[in-house]
Amino acid sequence: MTDLLDIKKMSVSFQTEYETIDAVRNVSITLRPGEVLGIVGESGAGKSTIGNAIVNLLEPPGEITRGEILFKGQDLRNLDDKQMRDVRGKKIGMIFQDPQTSLNPLMTIGAQLIETINKTINIYGSEATNKAIELLESVGIDESEARLNLYPHQFSGGMRQRVVIALALAGNPDLIIADEPTTALDVSIQAQILDLIKRLCQERQVGVIIITHDIGVIANISDRVTVMFNGQAVESGDVKQILTNPKHEYTKSLIAAVPRGDRKVERFKSIDYIEGGAQTQRRIDLDQHWLGKKFTQHFSDTAISINNLNKKYSLKKAFLKRNRSYVHAVKDVSLSIKKGEIFGLVGESGSGKSTIARLVAGLVRTDKGSIKLFDQEVTNKSKGKDVIAARRNLQMIFQDPYSSLNARMRVQDIVSEPINYYKTASTNMEMRQIVRDLLDHVGLGSNAMLKYPHQFSGGQRQRISIARALASRPKILICDEPTSALDVSVQAHILNLLKDLQDDLGLTILFISHDLPVIRQMCDRVAVMRHGSICEIATTDSLFEKPQHEYSKHLLELMPKTDF
Amino acid sequence: MQSIVVLFIMSLVVFTMINLVGDPVDMLVNPESLPDEIERVRSDFGLDQPAHIQYIKFLQGALSGDLGNSFIFGRPALALIAERFPATLELATCALIIAIVFGLPLGIYAGLNPKSLGTRIIMGGSVLGISIPTFWLGLMMIIIFSVVLGWLPVSGRGDIGSFLGWQSSAFTLDGLSHLIMPAINLALFKIAMVIRLARAGTVEVMSLDFIKFARARGLPPENLVRFHLLPNILIPIITVLAIEFGTLIAFATVTETIFAWPGLGKLVIDAIVNLDRPIVVAYLMFVVTLFLLLNLIVDIIYAALDPRVRLNGDQQ
Repeated sequence: MTDLLDIKKMSVSFQTEYETIDAVRNVSITLRPGEVLGIVGESGAGKSTIGNAIVNLLEPPGEITRGEILFKGQDLRNLDDKQMRDVRGKKIGMIFQDPQTSLNPLMTIGAQLIETINKTINIYGSEATNKAIELLESVGIDESEARLNLYPHQFSGGMRQRVVIALALAGNPDLIIADEPTTALDVSIQAQILDLIKRLCQERQVGVIIITHDIGVIANISDRVTVMFNGQAVESGDVKQILTNPKHEYTKSLIAAVPRGDRKVERFKSIDYIEGGAQTQRRIDLDQHWLGKKFTQHFSDTAISINNLNKKYSLKKAFLKRNRSYVHAVKDVSLSIKKGEIFGLVGESGSGKSTIARLVAGLVRTDKGSIKLFDQEVTNKSKGKDVIAARRNLQMIFQDPYSSLNARMRVQDIVSEPINYYKTASTNMEMRQIVRDLLDHVGLGSNAMLKYPHQFSGGQRQRISIARALASRPKILICDEPTSALDVSVQAHILNLLKDLQDDLGLTILFISHDLPVIRQMCDRVAVMRHGSICEIATTDSLFEKPQHEYSKHLLELMPKTDF
Repeated sequence: MQSIVVLFIMSLVVFTMINLVGDPVDMLVNPESLPDEIERVRSDFGLDQPAHIQYIKFLQGALSGDLGNSFIFGRPALALIAERFPATLELATCALIIAIVFGLPLGIYAGLNPKSLGTRIIMGGSVLGISIPTFWLGLMMIIIFSVVLGWLPVSGRGDIGSFLGWQSSAFTLDGLSHLIMPAINLALFKIAMVIRLARAGTVEVMSLDFIKFARARGLPPENLVRFHLLPNILIPIITVLAIEFGTLIAFATVTETIFAWPGLGKLVIDAIVNLDRPIVVAYLMFVVTLFLLLNLIVDIIYAALDPRVRLNGDQQ
């Protein structure tokens, strides 16, 4: 059988005023009809660039400098703009990562579908409408005729991604390039979308290229895989062979860094291959140091205890009570976390897990119920010195390391702010020394002090966040999806750091994540949440071995499996 | 509700401020009149009363739609404003249309081709448009087109035609020739502004995912611009333009004075010079109402353009 797509030694570079960045170097890829090829790699590996280069949608100043892109025997590089437009949509369809942003918010989905049908297969009028209905049905959207008149914001994320897929299929393409098609979706939706892509691929005999950072996705859907690192394809081959018996060092470490859902390991394997050798890390002697200073005050054994916690967000404000409407974000949640425990909260988006974090941290007000930190009531009704003292024991680490650091403050000011506020250091000299030690301790090194956040990568920023959280000498850390914005290799480093800190300092951690394998590796006990209430609380091992609640079983089934 | 509060506060401010400047009676009577003659005029206009009594009387009148009589013309101030309003509305509307017709395409072009020569010329021109003073440009236009070339009349409003019951000088050739110069003069600043807004919007929207996705579906550039780009950049532009339309009507004074356009601006300048308080107050109240109305219209247009802000809650 002839190849549908045959990329030969393609290179893409971005030429800027100062330097030329080779985003893709000498990459060769082949794809047959009805086959799913996965391209996997971490951010900056050049995997998305390949997808954009095929349909010539590279952002300037990016350009293909070398190689051939043979699509059905024709070199796409030789086509002019107009011919290329005929290829896009009609021959090659694309699916992008975020269904929130890939649809025009001001057009009904019907209008967007019909417009695409008009232009790609030249069908107009009621025939085009019928085709649009048919397309929506083929991607599993029912009542599709009525839904043509809806706008994108009236759909959920998963439904929107289905619409995006319908749009990509509108011109009956022979090849579909899906760039992180499920990254923005929940696990259960992810499984449905992957099934859909796989089914369409087989039914229509189209070739599919799936670009993703998630090895679980690759393992589920693709037939062959190409591993990208730093612009180069380091390894390609059959998916089973690559995942079970990787040849290249990078592939080995990448697979090792993926948290396993099936059993617990002591530490994550870190990908030193990427960061270039071991880091020189000076750790501080906690017994002598400010950070490890023992308190004379006695702490009870229960770090956090939550009783019948409730929170409603109003959807519609109105003068009359009956006209108002609410989402019940947290419904009668009770749990208690022992001192020194890592407690996991897991659930899909909208299940209320982040709301609990915010309530415990006091960022939003509770409607009903009580929250106690070391037996001190901290809900909004109680105020005073004791509450402030109790709150000081609690710090939070947020999901997005880009927006959670003030871009206009130096790292030393960011980290020293809590020390200043609580006046826990006696002199400026001492404070600066503490900041230096903290940065060393989280593995950043003290020369980071005078830099600004934008000079750091995502993982390094998350280390800054951790150093900032430690600066008030907390007993409790709340980590709200601390690694979901990071690459797997970086994730492994950050999770190891959190584990070490928890061991050294005896921290209690409330760890929130949607990622079951991460939960499995990190937590002692887990609560599974759905629609604002807790389905099940169990120790991690018993939850993963013998889930009791139906929903927990369902979630565990959907967990992507990396082994065969 | 809020609008009424705003109107009330505004009336209070306007009334207080205007009572602080000058004595209108000095402007109304012959300086050689006898003192009791002056007193008679003062009490005729109610100006002998303390300010708060005057204000209460004004409020009572205002609630029944009477903002007082002009000191100079002796006719209701509102009627005078209503008389002059069509001329200004016509001028402002023309200026707005010119601003959109020229500004939008140029701005989109500049946004789509950030590095072309045309863009540099357009952006340079827009800086000029913003920085050249209106009055100077108006005078230059009169010198070039009326005095030297003799193509267009110097000043005033031309013949008035009627179209679908709407009276305007834009419907006769003579009227149009009078209208074109002041309208362009007034529009120039707005063209520059629309160019800048449209360019910024285009650059922003073109980098969004849905544009990229639309291109990946093989849609031609004309569809991209018409259905995907334009509606999305129009939302912020319309918000700004509606308010700018208010300023065009309210503050076309300079242009109207230069071209002797018989609109609101001229009426107000005369009223200020003559300390004709009722007209000034009525005019300011009118302007406040206008802006409140425009805000309402913006909200309505907004809901029409953007399905996400529609309030009828047709979520599924």
